[in-house]
Amino acid sequence: MKNIPEIEIENLSITFKIYEKGLIQKNIKTISNLCLKAYKGEILAVVGSSGSGKSLLAHAIMGILPKNATVTGSIKYKGSELTEKRIHNLRGKEICIIPQSVSYLDPLMKVGSQVMIKNNKSCFEKMRNAFKRYDLCENAEKLYPFQYSGGMARRALISTVEQTEPSVIIADEPTPGLDKQMAYKTMKYFRDFADKGKAVIIITHDIDIAVQYADKVSVFYGGTTLETTKAENFIKGEKYLCHPYTKALYNALPQNGFKPVEGFQPSPYDVFEGCIYYDRCDIRCEKCKENIPIYNFPDGSGFVRCINGY
Amino acid sequence: MNVIKIIFKNSIRMITLLIAVAIASFILVTSSPIDPVQSYVREGVAVSAEQREEIANYWGLYNSPIERFENWGKNILNGDMGTSLIYRKPVSEVIGEKFQSSIILMSISWIISGILGFVLGVIMGVFESSKIDKFIRNICFIISSTPSFWIGMMFLIIFSVKLGWFPIGFSVPIGVSSDNITFSQKLYHAILPAITLSFSSFSNIALHTRAKITEIMKSNYILFAKARGESLFNIIKRHVLRNALIPAVTLQFASISEIFGGSILAEQVFSYPGLGQTAVDAGLRGDIPLLLGIALISSIFVFLGNIIANILYAVLDPKIREGAKYSE
Ligand SMILES: Nc1ncnc2c1ncn2[C@@H]1O[C@H](COP(=O)(O)OP(=O)(O)OP(=O)(O)O)[C@@H](O)[C@H]1O
Ligand code: SF4
Ligand SMILES: [Mg+2]
Repeated sequence: MKNIPEIEIENLSITFKIYEKGLIQKNIKTISNLCLKAYKGEILAVVGSSGSGKSLLAHAIMGILPKNATVTGSIKYKGSELTEKRIHNLRGKEICIIPQSVSYLDPLMKVGSQVMIKNNKSCFEKMRNAFKRYDLCENAEKLYPFQYSGGMARRALISTVEQTEPSVIIADEPTPGLDKQMAYKTMKYFRDFADKGKAVIIITHDIDIAVQYADKVSVFYGGTTLETTKAENFIKGEKYLCHPYTKALYNALPQNGFKPVEGFQPSPYDVFEGCIYYDRCDIRCEKCKENIPIYNFPDGSGFVRCINGY
Repeated sequence: MNVIKIIFKNSIRMITLLIAVAIASFILVTSSPIDPVQSYVREGVAVSAEQREEIANYWGLYNSPIERFENWGKNILNGDMGTSLIYRKPVSEVIGEKFQSSIILMSISWIISGILGFVLGVIMGVFESSKIDKFIRNICFIISSTPSFWIGMMFLIIFSVKLGWFPIGFSVPIGVSSDNITFSQKLYHAILPAITLSFSSFSNIALHTRAKITEIMKSNYILFAKARGESLFNIIKRHVLRNALIPAVTLQFASISEIFGGSILAEQVFSYPGLGQTAVDAGLRGDIPLLLGIALISSIFVFLGNIIANILYAVLDPKIREGAKYSE
């Protein structure tokens, strides 16, 4: 059954309970009605502007959201619900995350020894091999995170997934701060990993590099997915992309003329009805103020959330 | 390199502080209304004018304050702190003796409050806002807002008077010659005052540790450790304790001053003849040389605690130990 996704997310919403000005409690919905599927043998690139909820999605899968977060909707792994107890047993073993920044490293532990998940010979060798591949010398093993550059930290974080043999890797912006060559090397590693029949979710701002290696691209905006489409459509051209925001992202790429997207992403503090892209959309109409259904592509490769999209 | 620099810097600080303490306490003591001659000859004993003259001349009381300070300072530098008027013994000898009993008391309570405070703090921090956290936190709040002399009196009533488990006071058994007193007897006499004393600082340490631990538990590196499947026990061992250690050590050595201050009260309640009680006596009975000596010695003691905290901080924190690029 190839068609059961490794990770399948349906109508995921994440709400934070926060206290404003003393004791006034407020719920802010940072992610709403998010849908995503990651298949075996595929790389899914998640793109979207800063603050669109990409890291939260990754943390929701791993079960490491803060206590004041409420999650609704469903997250499935290999076809069955990923309960709190289940992710507890799976994380770090079958599902691994590569976090976003150096702050995820223990500041008081030498990087080499914290990359090793256990203090034994096989973990040591795996660590050393990974470090070698990412040009981290033996001396780098003995340094503390504060002695690392941003790029080095990222490579060390990437090395952590090689400690175990996961079937799903979620990489939260693995490439910024790396030079071109290193970025390609990293993407190549994920490609090989996917080709071995595993699933990879890469969160990235680097649409350019991502579309060269990924199979599908999922476009995030204001805490939801606006479109999931084949990566090749980003290379083929604008008319293969459906959502106005996806098209805008496409046109903002350097080779397509750098056209900036006007306006701002709505903040999770604003309550929304209807299409979340309404304010910035060129082709909006009255109907866009109502609930926007998802339109699934006939070949099953993705979907778009726009009434004029398909 | 760095450590030597820190020791050097702190030593300079300590010397300037000591000079300041010496001047300040000298000014305070000389401007106090206590008549040193009268306190020398004991209260109530009549002295003739000539005798008074003679004593005052002998002690140099007619010299200007600056001259007297110079004299005193010179003697101090030579290691002579003068003679105690109450004990009629060299001040250094008195302080040495009293310090010995105080140090037993203070170190026991320092260790108790350090360990207890840290352990409770870690438990509260790791299980933040659970029942156990709330329970321990409330106890800490109650204790830290209860005066320690009251706790001491309660302990005396319950454990010494009612239950008879501990002696009612003093640092050694009554009626035993000092050669026959064993260390365990001294320890036995110090336990109740020491516990009382530790009550004045363990809840503080626990609450501070709790704050630090909750901060650590929310950090990204703990999130990542969880995401990598590390068990709670492993996370505490590998990351939490490691990161809590530096602030805990600093807190622990900084608490020396608190313990020292608290020891004055605890010693009063338990009539425990240590440095604290001696300081009170010296103050009340106008024993100026002894009072000045105690002021100096206790500043050195408290300051040493802070220096050790700073040095350990530098030794433990890799950022200071290895990072030449961080100057301050
Ligand atoms: N603990 C929290 N409490 C309240 N709001 C939060 C919390 N964590 C994140 N958010 C909000 O959720 C939104 C999404 O955050 P997230 O970190 O997922 O963004 P992102 O897409 O990963 O951005 P970036 O590309 O900058 O990493 C942001 O608006 C942020 O303010
Ligand atoms: S639903 Fe309407 S407003 Fe939203 S993107 Fe499509 S056309 Fe624009
Ligand atoms: Mg992010």
